[in-house]
Amino acid sequence: MAKQLLSFTVNGERIETLVQPYLTLLDALREDLGLTGPKEGCGTGDCGACSVHLDGQLVASCLVLAMQARGRSVTTIEGLARGGVLIPVQEAFVRHGVPQCGFCIPGVLMSAAALLAENSKPTEDDIRYAIAGNLCRCTGYTKMIEAIAEVAGTGAASATGAASAKG
Amino acid sequence: MRRFELVTPASIDECLRALKGRGPEVKVLAGGTDLIAQLKVGMLRVATVVDLSGVSDLRMLDGDAQHGFRIGAAVTARTLERDSRLRAALPSLSESGALVGSIQIRNLATLGGNICNAAPSADMAPPLIALDAEAVIAGSGGRRKVPMASFFKDVRQTVLAPDDLLVEFAVPPTGPRSGGAYLRHTPRRELDIAVVGVASQVSLTDGVCRKARIALAAVAPVPVRATAAEQALEGQPLTPQAITRAADLAVEAARPITDQRGSAEFRRHLVRVLTRRTLTIALERATA
Repeated sequence: MAKQLLSFTVNGERIETLVQPYLTLLDALREDLGLTGPKEGCGTGDCGACSVHLDGQLVASCLVLAMQARGRSVTTIEGLARGGVLIPVQEAFVRHGVPQCGFCIPGVLMSAAALLAENSKPTEDDIRYAIAGNLCRCTGYTKMIEAIAEVAGTGAASATGAASAKG
Repeated sequence: MRRFELVTPASIDECLRALKGRGPEVKVLAGGTDLIAQLKVGMLRVATVVDLSGVSDLRMLDGDAQHGFRIGAAVTARTLERDSRLRAALPSLSESGALVGSIQIRNLATLGGNICNAAPSADMAPPLIALDAEAVIAGSGGRRKVPMASFFKDVRQTVLAPDDLLVEFAVPPTGPRSGGAYLRHTPRRELDIAVVGVASQVSLTDGVCRKARIALAAVAPVPVRATAAEQALEGQPLTPQAITRAADLAVEAARPITDQRGSAEFRRHLVRVLTRRTLTIALERATA
């Protein structure tokens, strides 16, 4: 079975690579391109650890064939920071000490970034809905919600954050 | 995943050529949220996969409340959830799209995929049936339309031949003073599968129900219409008593099994409750 030429954009870079037709996008990112931020948790779309943006849309990359990304643009957790500078929601995750084991965090951040890109003022319900597809076995959801709400300026924690930023 | 050949057509015609003369070892790939998962666990084995992601015609979405809608088979669950026209005109279908999986899944999963996978619990089937929608199927002999109420043959079996392609859904105009709703019961709010799902659609003339449709999921091998309940409502004012009576009649259309998601008795109870609730919401929407 012949490999096929996959031409796509990953984190802003034009990539051409040969892939087997049955390779998933997740495996292409991790094994061929060395982008190990997206994780394989369940492999069946239930856990969200493999979440990436495909043409700006949040998807489970374990359920997408690599060849389905042909001509399209993929962003992984490695592509969120610009020039080595973390985006605000990443900073907030650091400040709130959100990661515990860390396995789910790249996926959660991709969900949070997708949410904030289309809704800059999400309510707590919006945030919970947006990360419903991300399972955290450490059950660290409360801090995730607080960190995302702080960035959006909609959480109880945001007042403290603003005060300390001024101080 | 076991090896397969991948074909990437750019048009519906190219897709039909790729399918022509092939047998069941060829599968069509839309969102992949069922197919790829099934291939990974070995539930399915295929020689060839035909990827629809390059066929933009399958993502068409056109129409309004006055003229009805044409909804491409590859329109995603997320689009059903968010499209303002669908939310306003076909709320039951929009609600069914919003209930599937997570955002990661809904951005991939398609309306056609949910229907062709033909799970008894498919959330998008009851709304399409209650809306009197038709499936538009392209095959070797041209195009044909099949009412959604007769699309499903058995668990994971449909009217589609191996070289057929489900192209779009034709949803007729609901007419004035019409409302619909879809509700399902799941133990978890997100990422779960319906224990029972019910879609209702009612249309009113001078305060009297001129047309009622009730469709049930996960209570039989295929989604079913509760026709006795529909007939009991048509020609009547939709009083709470009439709705309660229809909910009781809807239970008779259910042939549920007992499985890990719920007992047959619990499912019959859910049919009664969800039919009452969806009819009540549908009535509110029809009179809004």
